[in-house]
Amino acid sequence: MRAARPAACSSVSLVLALSVALAAAPALAQDARVEAARKEGKVVWYTSLALSSAERVAKLFEAAYPGITVEVQRTGSERILQRVMQELQANLRLVDVIHTSDAGHFVLLKEKKHLLRYTPAGADALAPGFKDRDGYYYGLRATVNVIAYNTKIVTAAEAPRTWKDLLDPKWKGRLVTAHPGYSGVIATHVLALAQLHGWDYWKQLAQNRVMLVQSAVDPAGVVASGERPVAVDGGDYTFYQTKKKGNPVEIVYPKEGVPLVVSPTAIAAWAPHPNAAKLFTDFTFSRELQQVLADSEGLYTGHPEVRYPADKPRLSDLKLLQIDPEELQKRNEEIKKRFVEFFGA
Amino acid sequence: MERSLPVWVLAALALVLLMALPLGWLGYVSLGGEDGATLAHYRQVFTDGALRQALWNTVVLAFWVGLASLAIGAPMAWLAARTDLPGPRLIRGLILASFVTPPFLGAFAWVMLAGPNAGLLNKLYRSLTGAEGPLLNVFGMPGLIFVVTIYTFPYVFIMLANTLELIPSDVEEAAAMLGASRLRVALSVTLPMVLPAILSSFILAVLQALALFGSPAILALPAGFHTVTTQIWALFQYPPKVEMAAAFSVPLLLATALLLTLQKRLLGRRGYAAIGGKGGRRRRIPLGSWRLPALAACLGVLACSIFLPYAILAKAAFARAWAQPLTADNLTLANVAFTFQQGSTRSAILNTLELGVLTACVGAGLAALLAYVINRKLIPGHQALAFLTLAPVAIPGVVLAVALFVTYTRPPLLLYGSLAILFVAYLTKELPVGYAQSDATFKGVHPELEEAGRILGAGRLRVLGEITAPLARSGIIATWCFVFIGVIRELSASIILFTPNTKVISVVIFDLKEEGEFGAIAVLGLFMLLMTFAAVVVVQTLLGRDFVSGKE
Repeated sequence: MRAARPAACSSVSLVLALSVALAAAPALAQDARVEAARKEGKVVWYTSLALSSAERVAKLFEAAYPGITVEVQRTGSERILQRVMQELQANLRLVDVIHTSDAGHFVLLKEKKHLLRYTPAGADALAPGFKDRDGYYYGLRATVNVIAYNTKIVTAAEAPRTWKDLLDPKWKGRLVTAHPGYSGVIATHVLALAQLHGWDYWKQLAQNRVMLVQSAVDPAGVVASGERPVAVDGGDYTFYQTKKKGNPVEIVYPKEGVPLVVSPTAIAAWAPHPNAAKLFTDFTFSRELQQVLADSEGLYTGHPEVRYPADKPRLSDLKLLQIDPEELQKRNEEIKKRFVEFFGA
Repeated sequence: MERSLPVWVLAALALVLLMALPLGWLGYVSLGGEDGATLAHYRQVFTDGALRQALWNTVVLAFWVGLASLAIGAPMAWLAARTDLPGPRLIRGLILASFVTPPFLGAFAWVMLAGPNAGLLNKLYRSLTGAEGPLLNVFGMPGLIFVVTIYTFPYVFIMLANTLELIPSDVEEAAAMLGASRLRVALSVTLPMVLPAILSSFILAVLQALALFGSPAILALPAGFHTVTTQIWALFQYPPKVEMAAAFSVPLLLATALLLTLQKRLLGRRGYAAIGGKGGRRRRIPLGSWRLPALAACLGVLACSIFLPYAILAKAAFARAWAQPLTADNLTLANVAFTFQQGSTRSAILNTLELGVLTACVGAGLAALLAYVINRKLIPGHQALAFLTLAPVAIPGVVLAVALFVTYTRPPLLLYGSLAILFVAYLTKELPVGYAQSDATFKGVHPELEEAGRILGAGRLRVLGEITAPLARSGIIATWCFVFIGVIRELSASIILFTPNTKVISVVIFDLKEEGEFGAIAVLGLFMLLMTFAAVVVVQTLLGRDFVSGKE
């Protein structure tokens, strides 16, 4: 027994040491990754997430990983694609992480070999519609296009209930739309409704002299200020935030179905800060951050464990209109062209 | 052989490179096709319905802005220069303020003032009259013409006020003695004498309106129409049609060049009157009982361009909701914090300052050098040099940007992506302004002093450094400030040439506008105005006079 004790002792310590080592292995790997990212110092994020939301994500990341800054370059999805391609043509490699709301962009970028194949930590568990089958891009967040109105000007009884209600001439001069030449949320929306009601829907809607703004974020502000009492599109999260701030805004989820917009994110193949880009991408898919997107921004996510505010409808309760990213990519130019033809600019 | 000759030749060469290279590329790209040169892009410019419509919109806009600027600017110039209007200094100061206010900021402010439903003036009008419809609608062609006009009429004012101040009163007095009424004197004596200047200032206003990008982007796009400048910008959307943008730039370039030639002809014909002479007394015409109404009318115009827009910008900057009354709980500093905490804002401010200072230094230096060379006729072909220096006036900002884009996004000069391309754009754009100012400065420095220095054995460069430069100093610093003001407000070229790491303040404001961030725009806009007025104060102090007033 006496002889056995040291043996037992050493075997216990061995197990202990092993388990410590096993536990430390990912931590060590993580440390090495963080160190590599810290050496790069920053990550450049081209994002179509609303500016205040994007700034919040950046601040959270910077707090979690001191020494690495996030350079937020926020503009519309279509402008982001324009920038990326324009810069590539001039041989400029500036962007690390590309995030837009036009899933078609990622089909194009993947096809042209501009994306790095990278699966963020935990991304396997995302809902099916949030994953590229080849593993190049993943849906960071989702929203649906809705109708919204100013409750001080329009009563619930007279408010439009369906997309087709908006065609009524009584709305002439009282509508606002965002632009598919700027916003991926809207590009997706235009195609979805063209598939649902035909291009004639858009042609008729244009007869109602709709005010044109650019970003899908902007209709919420226009409706809140009363400049136009009804928005014919826009991400539901922007209206949700505006309403939460105490503005007289109400959201309508039309019965015909609401176009679902899943906004993918990917790392550029030539990313100047690849380690920081991976660390940042992992961070944005963590349960904590995805929960922040749901709570304070009112977004939907593909994360299975995220809980949503009680005053938002479940995605599963909505009739969703889904758009195939390949189709969106193929018809990108047609969408913009037709819209400009109908609306004038 | 003059030892300093290489310096002058080098300056001239730099100028040719600055101008000829981009324009050459612009023409080349506009003709580029899949297989060899083609006129297809030009054909499309004149056959495509949307593009033709944009051209027509620009023509309509420019024409009416020219006319309206004349209708406002000419009477105000007459009142300020020839009558006993009360508070002439105040009026001139406010017109100067309209002159330096970036037009896109004004357009943005007017969205908040006269948006048909949420605009504060319309709300006020509805609550006062009980009417349903709006009083004003800023979105659309009439609104656009109005907003562009209130920031363009100062060009007419400055040109005409300066001319009117040079006309001696004796001819008018002679007419009055012969029994002509005041109106008759004004119409049949004064008017014909300033007619060339009037036509010429009309052209100047038209040129301003043609080249604008920001105001149509803010006021025309929401109403569903393009002008040439916004259309060119839209052609850069993915998939980009750069060849089309180049081809579409050419009509704008030609129109501008044509108008400038016309203007030069008009000003060259000084046959009507004794304009330019210094002699003769000028007596102010008494307005009598019209003094106060005239003052009120002037202040009314300036309320549109200064008081109302500045007030609404200040309100939006410090309010949670700009459309709501400014009560205690609507007051906030959150917009200020949000604006300046953003990384992209901070780097844009630094970029703007860096570009402003750099362009002003190089621009003022180059302009002074060129003005000196041309004034003292130091090299053969100095007239051609003068022409080249002034030529960029004929290039609208958007067109210049397209030309620079196609030139510097390919080897050997890959400037796109760095501040260098913006620097080149700003320098080219501001050179004519700087040159005009320096030219006036050197005309005022007598060559005799320089000659004395030369006789005593000093070289040309030493004379320049020790005699001419000190004499011209305040003029050169004024040039510096002019260029600086021009650079920090520049939008139409920047919007095409920026990359994310080379954003400037105006581009950030435009980005924020597309997202509808009113508070942040107002904060940045006020910041920009602050920088502008700081530069204005420097000029005023140095020159000891308003730079909108005559050469007294």
